[in-house]
Amino acid sequence: MTDQAYNFAYLDEQTKRMIRRAILKGLAVPGYQVPFASREMPMPYGWGTGGVQVTAACLTPEDVLKVIDQGADDTTNAVSIRKFFQRTAGVRVTERTAEASVIQTRHRIPEAPLREGQILVYQVPIPEPLRFLEPREAETRKMHELEEYGLMHVKLYEDIARHGEIATSYAYPVKVEGRYVMDPSPIPKFDNPKLGDCPAIQLFGAGREQRIYAVPPYTKVESLDFEDHPFVASKAPHDCDLCGAGESYLDEVIIDDAGGRMFVCSDTDFCSGRQAAGHRGRFSPEGM
Amino acid sequence: MTGNALGGGFSNPPEQSARAFRAVLEAVSRPGTIWAVEGAAPPAPLSVAAGTVLLTLADGTTPVHLAGGADCQPVRDWITFHIGAPLVDARQAMFALGRWPDLLPLERFHPGDPDYPDRAATLIILTEDLANAGAKLTGPGIAQAAHLSLPDITAFQRNAAQFPLGLDFIFTAGDRVAAMLRSTKVEDAPCM
Repeated sequence: MTDQAYNFAYLDEQTKRMIRRAILKGLAVPGYQVPFASREMPMPYGWGTGGVQVTAACLTPEDVLKVIDQGADDTTNAVSIRKFFQRTAGVRVTERTAEASVIQTRHRIPEAPLREGQILVYQVPIPEPLRFLEPREAETRKMHELEEYGLMHVKLYEDIARHGEIATSYAYPVKVEGRYVMDPSPIPKFDNPKLGDCPAIQLFGAGREQRIYAVPPYTKVESLDFEDHPFVASKAPHDCDLCGAGESYLDEVIIDDAGGRMFVCSDTDFCSGRQAAGHRGRFSPEGM
Repeated sequence: MTGNALGGGFSNPPEQSARAFRAVLEAVSRPGTIWAVEGAAPPAPLSVAAGTVLLTLADGTTPVHLAGGADCQPVRDWITFHIGAPLVDARQAMFALGRWPDLLPLERFHPGDPDYPDRAATLIILTEDLANAGAKLTGPGIAQAAHLSLPDITAFQRNAAQFPLGLDFIFTAGDRVAAMLRSTKVEDAPCM
């Protein structure tokens, strides 16, 4: 039931126009972070205020919304954002990736391939990939302007010098369409190959940092690497203990005090879909 | 101000602008594809699509430039009443509206700043017809290649050569929109 006390999708029209203009300019310059006048939202920073504002600016009454947090539909962040839009926009919601037209995500790309007509909205904590290397905004802006990304390669090189391999495992920097280096938000690097050449529109919103950026469909996205240390999309070397999937990204769950652990798909819709289709893992309940 | 200026806006702005934006979002994300929009009934020579795009994206914070035949009193009154955008000369415009020949030369418009390429102008072009034929488009948003009836080739090539600076274009004809961005590469394609 839509709460009539709010404008459609919560935000006022002037704010939505401002966000919409930022989204369009973000698509025109893929990977470039467009500043926008982020609003206070009825949830704290760090809970997806940027993603919520981008979603609010994109939603139509006909949309079907899916919200995931680390791949799961049933965690606090996902549940509260889904309820927020049910209440303020009256849109239908789903947990099925294939049925959704707008998917807001925190830190995962769904396992099921996305298609044209879908929009993937990322919640972004720190949009500037160079921020931990150079804290000054004026400097990082200049570095993007001059395409001066040597520092990022130095960071990856130091990984190799210290650990023997590139140890960065999430928020792994990418270069979009051969120009801007972009933070793909803290998705595991396992998901990086899905960023490029994707049929869906990918939008990134950082509320506290007041930035919006975008990757249009069918855009070249390369993970930074070296010839002798090529990028590897790594995952835990196990199969899912509930559905037996060998190709999905896994969460490690500690199950007792004796070092026992299990690995389960982080994408709950993917995992439950496989279980419903009869796939079984090591710890699947008996007699299902 | 004439009485006509008061009509022709959205009757349900939140939902109509949301649907219109989604069409524009798809058009901009996939250069060369053609999408239908509805909602606005602006005075001539503006089309339904041009009026709807303006109502969806422009407001009191976005200076608008009217070029050639679009710069007439009924259009000025309609924009002033429904949108409240300052009407300015080409150099200061965030949005420009007009027929292709009236918008030339493109160098009049702001292509963005090297540190803020998002500050570039968006040109809303009034055309008679849009078709997926003619110039070949490639680049972000396009899987293989798209075709769009463009009024020019070299001007778009010069614009794209400035990337990441450059102008972005939304074509409007009747109730249809299509887009071309500074990131889109244009080639002359032989007629088929």
